[in-house]
Amino acid sequence: MNAIATPQAPPQPPSHEPSYLAVENTVRSWLLTTDHKRIGILYMISITLFFLVGGAAATLMRLNLLTPQGALVTSTTYNKLFTIHGVIMVWFFLIPSVPTVIGNFVLPMMLGARDVAFPRLNLASWYLFIGGGAFALWAIIAGGVDTGWTFYTPYSSTYANGHVIAMATGIFIAGFGSIATGLNFIVTVHKMRAPGLTWHRLPLFVWSMYSTSVILVLATPVLAITLVLMALERAFGIGIFDPAIGGDPLLFQHLFWFYSHPAVYIMILPGMGVVSEIIACFSRKAVFGYYFVAYSSVAIAVLGFVVWGHHMFVSSQSIYAGMVFSILSFLVSIPSAIKVFNWTATLYRGSIWFQTPFLYVLGFIGLFTIGGLTGLFLAALAVDVHLTDTYFVIAHFHYIMVGGMVMAYLGGLHYWWPKISGRMYPELLAKLSALFIFAGFNLTFFPQFILGYLGMPRRYHAYAPEFQVLNVLSTAGASILAIGYFLPLAYFLWSLRYGKVAGPNPWQATGLEWTTESPPPEHNFTVVPIVTEPPYAYDPVAAEEALAAKREQREPAYVR
Amino acid sequence: MSAESPVAHQFEDAAQQREAATLGMWVFLATEVLFFGAMFLGYTVYRLKYPEVFRMASEHTIIVIGTINTGILLLSSFTMVLAVRAAEFKRRMALIAFLSVTALFGIAFLVLKGFEYAHEINEGLFPGSHFQFTEADPYTARMFFYLYFLMTGVHALHVTIGVIMLVIFALRAMLTLKLERLSTAVDLLGLYWHFVDIVWVFLFPLIYLVDRHS
Repeated sequence: MNAIATPQAPPQPPSHEPSYLAVENTVRSWLLTTDHKRIGILYMISITLFFLVGGAAATLMRLNLLTPQGALVTSTTYNKLFTIHGVIMVWFFLIPSVPTVIGNFVLPMMLGARDVAFPRLNLASWYLFIGGGAFALWAIIAGGVDTGWTFYTPYSSTYANGHVIAMATGIFIAGFGSIATGLNFIVTVHKMRAPGLTWHRLPLFVWSMYSTSVILVLATPVLAITLVLMALERAFGIGIFDPAIGGDPLLFQHLFWFYSHPAVYIMILPGMGVVSEIIACFSRKAVFGYYFVAYSSVAIAVLGFVVWGHHMFVSSQSIYAGMVFSILSFLVSIPSAIKVFNWTATLYRGSIWFQTPFLYVLGFIGLFTIGGLTGLFLAALAVDVHLTDTYFVIAHFHYIMVGGMVMAYLGGLHYWWPKISGRMYPELLAKLSALFIFAGFNLTFFPQFILGYLGMPRRYHAYAPEFQVLNVLSTAGASILAIGYFLPLAYFLWSLRYGKVAGPNPWQATGLEWTTESPPPEHNFTVVPIVTEPPYAYDPVAAEEALAAKREQREPAYVR
Repeated sequence: MSAESPVAHQFEDAAQQREAATLGMWVFLATEVLFFGAMFLGYTVYRLKYPEVFRMASEHTIIVIGTINTGILLLSSFTMVLAVRAAEFKRRMALIAFLSVTALFGIAFLVLKGFEYAHEINEGLFPGSHFQFTEADPYTARMFFYLYFLMTGVHALHVTIGVIMLVIFALRAMLTLKLERLSTAVDLLGLYWHFVDIVWVFLFPLIYLVDRHS
């Protein structure tokens, strides 16, 4: 079996401790756990529930848009639906998705560490997340919010009906959970690496998580204070945003997007890290241009802080500011393209193995490319004036957020599921659901590019009759997408009991997390691993030879 | 940190633990800079927009209290450094004394700040419904006092948290048998306290010294 892969470090000697899942199984042991793996599971369960809430809102929106007059809900309800969908999906699903589930679970293991640097802070971050989520859910149940996820002032601070303050409080609290996670990961990567694991031997997933953490730590506090200012203005009528009291509403937009544009990269960089891991494993080849892929993550994180003004091209911000932000936004495409080209080059002369995680990654690369290129349309000032607040924008960022990040999250879940649960998921069903998701996604969102280009504005519950065909197509696609999302939910649960036992390294992958047992013991490693090589020590030639030998054995050449 | 060993299970040794904790505190302070940064940005925007009104409003703050408070915080940073040093050399009495003195400075700051707030609220300068300001456009003057109460309020909250931590640490220094376990923690509290001090060093000129030279 070692012909296929040469792991970085030798497999761990068998531990005689119970696995992290078997250590103790009381509710208390789960709710008070400081084990990074269990906290990852807690996050996985909670964000799945939030995904269902956000998904339900999206379902109602898509159903409503089946007819031009709005088939289902009033305009007020529709406004609340897209607010729920945006708030829940951004802050309670996408931002935590890969970092808190997969990051929490595998990052310490990739570093050869027993846990993150601050395990209790890690647990606290989950409680903050849940506390914030409770406020958000309460705001929804109590009557909802109709400001959109962006909370633009003075609408949010003065005129909007609904529970704006409760919703903002929820996001504020959950934000501190994000900060705690980011802080923990930064310190863990700096201080907890195994002997010999230098920065340039780190898996690319760690690089992307590190870059993400820097954004989490530097951007989130700005959102926190901005929401406080907005809530104070709403509660007491004093503040700095409402023009009626001498304020400047544009200041809110600047502060909001100073957080929320970097947050867009919080919602894609971790996915890029997952892609790098999977693509190397399933092409049996080291990632092409390791340094470029690693430092492009850092470049995206840095550039991400200086492009927020491209959300405000039509907001009356100075035209010169618009030009600068436009150029800077174009610059972000350079590190993004570096990644796409390097992943593609990794495939070249690899020994490709079409398993489910790899299907998701191929989907990611194609969809992310479309999402990224349409981003360039929007970064161009003149084109943006036409496309602002149309479905083109919706389609663009869903290609990144759903086509990119959700694909990567699901790909990562399939890839690390054997490590997390110790069991294999059913491969055929998984491939089928990956195809459902890919087809459904494109059918949902590609028509929206056309709708937006033709001028259909976002955030309306009704539309002009000539847009109906494309809207019906989009809703049909969303139903296929929904099937694709429910299948993994079902078979992952099924596999917990009936799945094939995975063994420590079912993919013959490199990386320290694969040297330990599946599921891992509580402290991950029985002996501290020592790293002597760069990551991704795969050998495509050996893999092809092994494959050929296997084929020969099954079906000798003279029979063919 | 578990009860039995001074080194938590995830760390190899005390040095790694100390380095991790210190880096963690620095990263936390970075988030604090950004947290205050948004408010400083708001202040800058409106100061540039309404320079004249900000000058007039600033004259209503009590510069004597502001100056004394600046001195108090600077002194408290000095005693904090002495506490960090005492913890490093495991001098229990000195540690307890310097932590207490620092806490007292912090309390003195808050008391003086409270007197100043009381005075301003009596003058009708609190940006609520009773706000009154006759010399200039009341809306823009209210903007100054809103930012003033907000920024000094958030700063005072940080001072309060710092004082509570100082008291807790002084008590721990009295009760614990192993002083070396407190050393890193006191060090980190010191970083936090200096940060709070530095924020005030920026707040003081922005609030009290607007155009005082003329």
